[in-house]
Amino acid sequence: MEDLSLHILDVVENSTKAGANLVEINIKEDTDKDLLQIIIQDNGRGMDPKMVKRVTDPFITTRTTRRVGLGLSMLEQAAQEAEGYLTVTSEKGIGTEIRATFQASHIDRKPFGDMGSSMISLILGNPGVDFIYKSDFDGEKTTIDTRAIKAELDGTTTISDPAVLKLLRGVFEESLRN
Amino acid sequence: MAKLRIEDLKKIKESMAGTVNLRAGDQRVKITVHMGTCGIAAGARKIMNALLQKLEKSGASDIILTSSGCAGLCNHEPMITVEVRESAPVKYVKLDPEKTEKIFDEHIMKGNPVSEYALSMGSETTY
Repeated sequence: MEDLSLHILDVVENSTKAGANLVEINIKEDTDKDLLQIIIQDNGRGMDPKMVKRVTDPFITTRTTRRVGLGLSMLEQAAQEAEGYLTVTSEKGIGTEIRATFQASHIDRKPFGDMGSSMISLILGNPGVDFIYKSDFDGEKTTIDTRAIKAELDGTTTISDPAVLKLLRGVFEESLRN
Repeated sequence: MAKLRIEDLKKIKESMAGTVNLRAGDQRVKITVHMGTCGIAAGARKIMNALLQKLEKSGASDIILTSSGCAGLCNHEPMITVEVRESAPVKYVKLDPEKTEKIFDEHIMKGNPVSEYALSMGSETTY
């Protein structure tokens, strides 16, 4: 994966495959602490403690189409390359939280890349799932909740209307301080 | 601070007023971008962007664009599946934005599958 927004796209796809209908994506950067955190929480089916322990093992996957699962392993690697780490907490029937921590200024910390495209791919690809996107760069905050947008559109068009997506793309892009 | 301007959403709403919302209704074509880890790493997001741009330009409202996971053919990624109503679905493999645009123009808009980018078409022959 070239950038963090691709990792986010990939890991959130896991959430939607786990049956989540609400996924929260939280990006926090604190320059004073030189800390960057990406937190992804879902209300999917969750995992038992045994699975949580093995989830970053590339040879573990629940899928049947292939026998390797690289998504979380690669995010963990990206975090470790930037002096960070990945934690996974999950409860069966409740949901899963993925927390990737990075040293923000680390030379090997991947850039965010095209967050707008990742979010739009997620919204388009998962019409039954709502997303809460929160970013906080040293107190500069953005929140986008697809439930609020859908309510505002009020049935006149859908969130997958290219005009709506174009508008959203701009907001996601603006929210990042690159 | 980035803000979603409610007025902008209202503008879109107003522009839609009076038009029939076909997007939620009958679909003629469904395009699925395969977005497993393999697809994403191979560039599926660029394919999604290219399709979205084409869709926006075309103004078509009877095309649904969506995503799915890994299809088990990771070495063929990025892939899309095009399903035109009442014809067989076609899987396109090893795509880039240019190939994808051609598929949109030829297959999705005109109904002629682009066999050179397809995984396979028809059944095996012995001649």
